Amino acid sequence: MSEFDPGEVPSIASMTDQVRPVPLGMAVSAVHFLGDTAHFIGTEENVAVVSGEGEVSQTPVHGGAILCSVSDGERIVMGGDDGKLVALNAKGEVSTLATDPKRRWIDNVALHSDGAVAWSVGKTAFVRPAKGEEKSFDAPSTVGGLAFAPKGLRLAIAHYGGATLWFPNMAAKPEFLEWAGSHHAVTFSPDNKFLVTAMHEPALHGWRLADNRHMRMSGYPGRVRSMSWSAGGKGLATSGADTVIIWPFASKDGPMGKQPAMVAPLQARVAVVACHPKDDILAAGYSDGTVLMVRMEDGAEILLRQNKGVPVAALAWNAKGTLLAFADEDGDGGLLAF
Amino acid sequence: MPEPSSQKIPVTVLTGYLGAGKTTLLNRILSENHGKKYAVIVNEFGEIGIDNDLIIGADEEVFEMNNGCICCTVRGDLVRIMDGLMKRKRKFDAIIVETTGLADPAPVAQTFFVDEDVQKNARLDAVVTVADAKWLSDRLKDAPEAKNQIAFADVIVLNKTDLVSKPELAEVEARIRGINPYAKLHRTERCKVELADVLERGAFDLDRILDIEPDFLEADDHDHDHDHDHHHHGHDHHHHDHGHGMKHYHDEEMQSLSLRTDKPLDPTKFMPWLQDLVATEGQKILRSKGILAFAGDDDRYVLQGVHMMLEGDHQRKWKEGEPRESRLVFIGRELPEQAIRDGFERCIVS
Repeated sequence: MSEFDPGEVPSIASMTDQVRPVPLGMAVSAVHFLGDTAHFIGTEENVAVVSGEGEVSQTPVHGGAILCSVSDGERIVMGGDDGKLVALNAKGEVSTLATDPKRRWIDNVALHSDGAVAWSVGKTAFVRPAKGEEKSFDAPSTVGGLAFAPKGLRLAIAHYGGATLWFPNMAAKPEFLEWAGSHHAVTFSPDNKFLVTAMHEPALHGWRLADNRHMRMSGYPGRVRSMSWSAGGKGLATSGADTVIIWPFASKDGPMGKQPAMVAPLQARVAVVACHPKDDILAAGYSDGTVLMVRMEDGAEILLRQNKGVPVAALAWNAKGTLLAFADEDGDGGLLAF
Repeated sequence: MPEPSSQKIPVTVLTGYLGAGKTTLLNRILSENHGKKYAVIVNEFGEIGIDNDLIIGADEEVFEMNNGCICCTVRGDLVRIMDGLMKRKRKFDAIIVETTGLADPAPVAQTFFVDEDVQKNARLDAVVTVADAKWLSDRLKDAPEAKNQIAFADVIVLNKTDLVSKPELAEVEARIRGINPYAKLHRTERCKVELADVLERGAFDLDRILDIEPDFLEADDHDHDHDHDHHHHGHDHHHHDHGHGMKHYHDEEMQSLSLRTDKPLDPTKFMPWLQDLVATEGQKILRSKGILAFAGDDDRYVLQGVHMMLEGDHQRKWKEGEPRESRLVFIGRELPEQAIRDGFERCIVS
């Protein structure tokens, strides 16, 4: 991606004039690509599908707030406060995967590369494997986050007091990783060696899964709401500070005893991060609406969106890394092709 | 009533011992024709007879913050629910959180002070406690939760007054006042109360701390309990002369403590003293509130707190002719009264 190298220019390079503006007409909380089509997840009811020509069409998916969403590139699965777990595919087909009989909120959702889906309602986590029957697990407290391990059918469930590793297809007792505090979002490193949770406190907590050694990653001024693994899993880029914080995971000790890299400092909080799927580049959206593209190696920045005041809520690359989509909370979106 | 200073969504916490009438009040709020839409966080689905798609079931999960402060507890489920509700924030005007009859209101209140994201979008408006006029006196003896809820309240709806005699009513009111003389008290039957008396109170709004005076139904001499010295108790003192013959109870466990001076306070002494006090005694102190006159400062300084959490700010200029008097009140459990009085005295500029 040498053509984007800003070189030694004193002021920040800008690509804002190459962004295709996408007015979404609704409040937005996330964006996912299905193929090369950007799908912006509304905070309520609809997904805004943006064609390559920038045309926006809305697909109704929920009867209320859309509380969580995840995508494997083939489909988007969403949970809502209407008690429904809904899938949307690239053809625009909407299907209901599960309905809570008491219409309780579907708070979290995760997808496995083999097609398994997991979701949670209050304290209960459910898994529906690609083949086989649905199973459930009751966590000791409300589930804060879910993530499938990259290998095998293994689900990490974050909750108060730690995280539980559950093999839904095995009789073995789930493994409990203890750490005081409330754990929200959870993620496995792509090499399956580390588990990291974003805590209610402004900190991350990690476990090395081989020996359950603890890793405390703290110093954030605000809660970490967005985590993204860099290409190959070498680093974990995170929001929550006024720079992007990237924790090193390339060595067998992960970030233990190491300082994180800090790039793209701004007078605003990083709200959302998205690492490029192939190159050591990331995009970062800020609380003031700025979007930057950053080269991790040296922190070189390219401005993709000016600060417009409203926090960036959605940010994602397509799988090939040729398209970037973003939008602020109010639905002022943009698409950029490289 | 002034408009709230911010766009934050007001949150009313509705507490009350089992059977006091919380659900009755909730149904009344939801069914009255006020043109407002409420999101309601409840513990039991199905009790509310009103059709409302913004009724959310909660789990009352209380957890300690990881900051080493054991009284700093929050409601984890509320953090999650608030997060989800904010996605629909254009669909409702206010939030009501109903707690179970046995709940301590503190973790709910603290959730709105500790959690950054919750705080950004919502503000605690008031803690409203529904009390049963017939049974509260008994519950105050045998149920610490009931006492907590009275002590914590900004507004007390004393319900089922039709089921008690006048002397019984006077008795229960006196017991409430022995614990919390500052809450607004409303006597009701079947929770018939003006909604303006329980909603949009701004009880945690620093701008709306106008005075800190005991709330007595038939206003009387406000001085009688301000000097809550123990030696005054157990024998008649002057407030009994004021007509309505209200008994004065002193609850041995839970009480309020009022400090007052017309001499200026030294902020360099007062602030460290108060911070140290709530750090060491914060578990005992449920609520605190103050209007302060600092030496060399033309602004009124106001503060309010819940357990160890304090917030304070300059409010406005002292008005011409307004007595520059400092008032500080605590409601709490087994408060170390003399130590607090002595500490406060030492902050007065001599």
